[in-house]
Amino acid sequence: MASLRFTLNGREVDASGADPNTTLLAWLRERGLTGTKEGCAEGECGACAVVLVEPGPDGRARYVPVNSCLLLLASAAGREVLSVEGVAPGGALHPAQRAMVELGGSQCGYCTPGFVMSLFAEHYRPGRAEGGFDLEAIAGNLCRCTGYRPIRDAGRALPMVDAADPHAARLARPAPSPSALDYTAGARRFLRPTSLAEACVLRAAHPDARLVAGGTDLVVELNQRHARFETILSLEAVEELRCFEDARDALVIGAAVPLSEVEARVGGAPPLLGALFPLFSSRLIRNRATLGGNLATASPIGDSPPVLLALGAEVVAASARGERAIPLDAFFTGYRATALAPDELIARVRIPKPYPSIGRFYKVSKRVHDDISTVAAGFAIDLDEAGTVRAARLAYGGVAATPVRALEAEKALVGKPFGARAIEDAKAKAQGAFTPMTDQRGSAAYRAAMVTSLLDKLWADVGASR
Amino acid sequence: MSVGEAVSHESAIGHVTGAALYTDDLVGRYPGCLHAWPVQVLHAHARVRAVDARAARAMDGVVAVLDASCVPGVNDVGAAKLDETLFPDEIVYWGQPVVWVLAETEEQAKRAALAVAVDVEPLAAITSIEQAIEAESFHAEPKTIARGDAEGALSRARHVASGELFVGGQEHFYLETHASIASVDEAGSVLVQSSTQHPTETQEIVARVLALPKNQVVVQSLRMGGAFGGKETQANTFAAVAAIGCHVTGRPVRVRLDRMRDFALSGKRHPFLGRYRIGFDDDGRVEAFDLALYSDGGYSLDLSVPVLYRALFHADNAYFLPHVRVVGRVCKTNSCSHTAFRGFGGPQGMIMIEDALDRVARSLGLAPHAVREANLYREGHTTHYEQPVSQADRVARIWTELKASSDFDARLAAVRAHNAGSPNAKRGLAITPVKFGISFTAKWYNQAGALVLVYKDGSVQVSHGGTEMGQGLHTKMQQVAAFTLGVPLAAVRVMPTRTDKVPNTSATAASSGADLNGAAIRAACETLRERLASVAARLLQVDPGELVFARGEVGRRDGKGARLPFAEVASRAYYDRVQLSATGYYRTPGLHFDEASGRGHPFHYFAYGAAVAEVEIDRFTGMYALRRVDLLHDVGDSLSPLVDRGQVEGGFAQGVGWLTQEELVWAPDGRLATLNASTYKLPTLHECPEEMHVTLLPMATEPGVVYGSKAVGEPPFMLAFSVREALREAVAAFGEAPRVVELASPATAEQVYWAIERVTRAARAREEAAQ
Repeated sequence: MASLRFTLNGREVDASGADPNTTLLAWLRERGLTGTKEGCAEGECGACAVVLVEPGPDGRARYVPVNSCLLLLASAAGREVLSVEGVAPGGALHPAQRAMVELGGSQCGYCTPGFVMSLFAEHYRPGRAEGGFDLEAIAGNLCRCTGYRPIRDAGRALPMVDAADPHAARLARPAPSPSALDYTAGARRFLRPTSLAEACVLRAAHPDARLVAGGTDLVVELNQRHARFETILSLEAVEELRCFEDARDALVIGAAVPLSEVEARVGGAPPLLGALFPLFSSRLIRNRATLGGNLATASPIGDSPPVLLALGAEVVAASARGERAIPLDAFFTGYRATALAPDELIARVRIPKPYPSIGRFYKVSKRVHDDISTVAAGFAIDLDEAGTVRAARLAYGGVAATPVRALEAEKALVGKPFGARAIEDAKAKAQGAFTPMTDQRGSAAYRAAMVTSLLDKLWADVGASR
Repeated sequence: MSVGEAVSHESAIGHVTGAALYTDDLVGRYPGCLHAWPVQVLHAHARVRAVDARAARAMDGVVAVLDASCVPGVNDVGAAKLDETLFPDEIVYWGQPVVWVLAETEEQAKRAALAVAVDVEPLAAITSIEQAIEAESFHAEPKTIARGDAEGALSRARHVASGELFVGGQEHFYLETHASIASVDEAGSVLVQSSTQHPTETQEIVARVLALPKNQVVVQSLRMGGAFGGKETQANTFAAVAAIGCHVTGRPVRVRLDRMRDFALSGKRHPFLGRYRIGFDDDGRVEAFDLALYSDGGYSLDLSVPVLYRALFHADNAYFLPHVRVVGRVCKTNSCSHTAFRGFGGPQGMIMIEDALDRVARSLGLAPHAVREANLYREGHTTHYEQPVSQADRVARIWTELKASSDFDARLAAVRAHNAGSPNAKRGLAITPVKFGISFTAKWYNQAGALVLVYKDGSVQVSHGGTEMGQGLHTKMQQVAAFTLGVPLAAVRVMPTRTDKVPNTSATAASSGADLNGAAIRAACETLRERLASVAARLLQVDPGELVFARGEVGRRDGKGARLPFAEVASRAYYDRVQLSATGYYRTPGLHFDEASGRGHPFHYFAYGAAVAEVEIDRFTGMYALRRVDLLHDVGDSLSPLVDRGQVEGGFAQGVGWLTQEELVWAPDGRLATLNASTYKLPTLHECPEEMHVTLLPMATEPGVVYGSKAVGEPPFMLAFSVREALREAVAAFGEAPRVVELASPATAEQVYWAIERVTRAARAREEAAQ
């Protein structure tokens, strides 16, 4: 067994012996670092936020806040972690802490360390202007006492980074990147290869291993359903899975690129993907979650599938046998089931170009941000110069056992002038095409109503702008 | 000057550094501490035939499996009566623990809990208010408050409307889940660290299950990571389990729920069903209001009767109702036992009259804000239980000032103009008032004690009966003590709340923490100040009455002559053998209420406020955004403006959550389908409007309350009615006015969507009929 070491609040620590199913949060608290709190153990509340020193898209070190309840301790190996105890070791408050104190940002104080960590990372965000505060920075932190206004004010009161700030000085040096790891404790094992070839060999050798990248879904199983995994195969250090290529014929996104990085790199294009990210969970989650994970978990209510289906994306699966492309249409084979063979893993997602001329993403949920969709829709329409529909892809989540396309409704649009008439035809075909179910997020009737109502919304949005 | 100063929370630095400790953070200080985990039964109602824990007992690290045989005292933790069996042979709500496993680690306890086999016989369950009414399953006799002749007035009224509204419950979702650590101290008595709002009751319950006198049990509530009423009685169960585990093993025992178990095991805000008839004249003035309320009390009585009473007391909100009859019943169902939650039934009573007044306005074609204004309490009015509405002028004053400061009339015109040109996105603007009675309706709770210690160096320790849950009580108490003694804030330390410092305390609840404990602390500090004044008077050779205590010094009121540091006076007092400790005590005067006649003076005073909210709804999904909020709230002369503003804004936000997106969904089998943060949605930053104007009513001294202040914990919660009413305005704008808007509560996007469908369907039907 290799040892499990990482840097915590500036000091090397050895966590060897800990079960690979242990979360960083549980380990910190057991070690007496009780400033980091557990609020929900599923990445919804941010009370457990810590900061990692990670390489950004430009290769420079930056502070990345993550939920420690969803970060496996073994995933932290070789990394640099800062908990709330490490923010102001000298006794003088950090500017993020001072702003929270002075503006009344804490009441019960239980969520506060998490907010402080999110604000801390925001403080050092490259390109942050004086008074500039990205509200997304704290969108994954829940507070039950304040109503948020004073915390938002604290974010806006953050000063510019002081030149003598030791945390700023740290960023001048490169960030560690996760290294190869083969860690065993008891009978349980955590494997972290660094090349796709190795990953494929390990995948074939350990067909029962659970794959993990960011862990934002897998670790929920561990925390909420008491799942325990004998072998965990981490893909996040695999170089090939972290590719990002904006080529002439396609946009290619590695399966293990954190969504925040995808978000930063794609900007507004393609149109659907730009609309997806602000609504996709929260920044704390997006800093760890990946497209590979969101597809492989094959949830019928995942946010990326409707978008990727609408964009005509394909999944490139890899195994020791080689690679193959699977159109996303054929990827979801049933409820939480995929076309991946037991020895395969997702290497990357390929979005073909040119992008559709019209694209919209709609997410219907109880809460606008940091929620799971009741119904989500990705609509992509291609028009010719005369305004006639050349191609249409209408994809939904939350209306069937898998993410699905409304194929008949698509056909009803093609060849017609894009307009209210064509939308009515598509609605007629979409109506009743799916038999959604009732659950705690919404009734079957509401979901069914959304299938057609979102087409009305598409026309209202696009028609108005044309 | 520390009372009235905007100071930060007294633990703010501990909060931001992570140094502030909560109950579960103490585990590392109890070597050998065992971890408890519940064995839950996944039926709403079932008889327990057998529990087989043999496999679990044999597992690594398992030390004990706690069951009824482990209880030396009474196997019941009910707060109101003995109706909460701790280790039950009948399961009465889904997920109820039947036994608890103790193990060396939490991991081992969890694993062993899964290995306990429970054989049960499922029984028929009552899982809704409607089923309970049908089955006549109730906890107590009906409660009634009436004035005049509601029935007669309804029959004479020019217009009568009727309505029915189910209003959902609410999960407290304090960020800190329930936690307790029990240990035996060096004297053999039990020390329970508990996240409890009511240490005295927790002490009583622990003493009950252990069959100990109360002087053998000490409960400490260090601070809580939020409570909101959810730790008023609910903490008792977990403290009792920890204490029994400690009794059985002789080792410290920790009980700490994860979020899912906290959701399943602890009670929530009561869901209510209201059915009403309202009689009114052509101007929308109410003549009669007849309201039947049914609350879902869950499986045990707990606080359900006082919660129901507060709903009955608040059926008027801030409106004069000449003829009233309100009747309430507590339904007994197979659900967790619903309990206190900020507002304590008040919100569920008040929402009914707000629902009714909107109906009145729309059925007459009048503006809802005008109808509300016409019905507001005026000077000289009494409530339906015949208590004079004290300072009733503030209702109109707040209303008028807020309408002006929020630019209500101009914005109403702007909203209408926007809506005329926007078929798919409609806006709504609404104003609603709040009147909330302050005092526990359980009269004996309206008392408090304090213990204040002055040391020779002039530093001060304050103990009082109130608990700190984030509401800033300790901050205010520190300010009251510092101000009364004339010392700097830093000289006063507020001690953790313990039952061995102040006995027989009341729950920190009913917004009363600062009123009651503040008055007791003030009394203790005044006693000490008088004693110190006689010492200082001798030293300065002046009359004690001429002395003032301020800024850490004692000197003459006119500023002339020498001044003595407070510490020096304290030190001299010691050598002069003057007692430097004092207790303080307070009881609220003038409270009485007669249940039989429904008449009395249950509240010391009323807190007032009003809110204006503006929303915008998307027609296609029913999703909406809160565009702007204006709040004006009466906190008397604020003891601590930063704390009070935090309570106003935080209460409002929590109310918005209750009325909009916080939806508890119960499956037909009695299982709570929303058991965690991914299915139950609290407001996020996104729900906090960018434009938010919050004002504390100036010139608002409240006579008879500590330093002229007013209670603030609960009343602002109900400012959120403005958001629900703004949503109804916006929904109405999709149809043809006038049209009654039926909107379920919480008003989730789905419910708003259906409300729009109803108003547009009616409009479409009329169009078609006209063609």
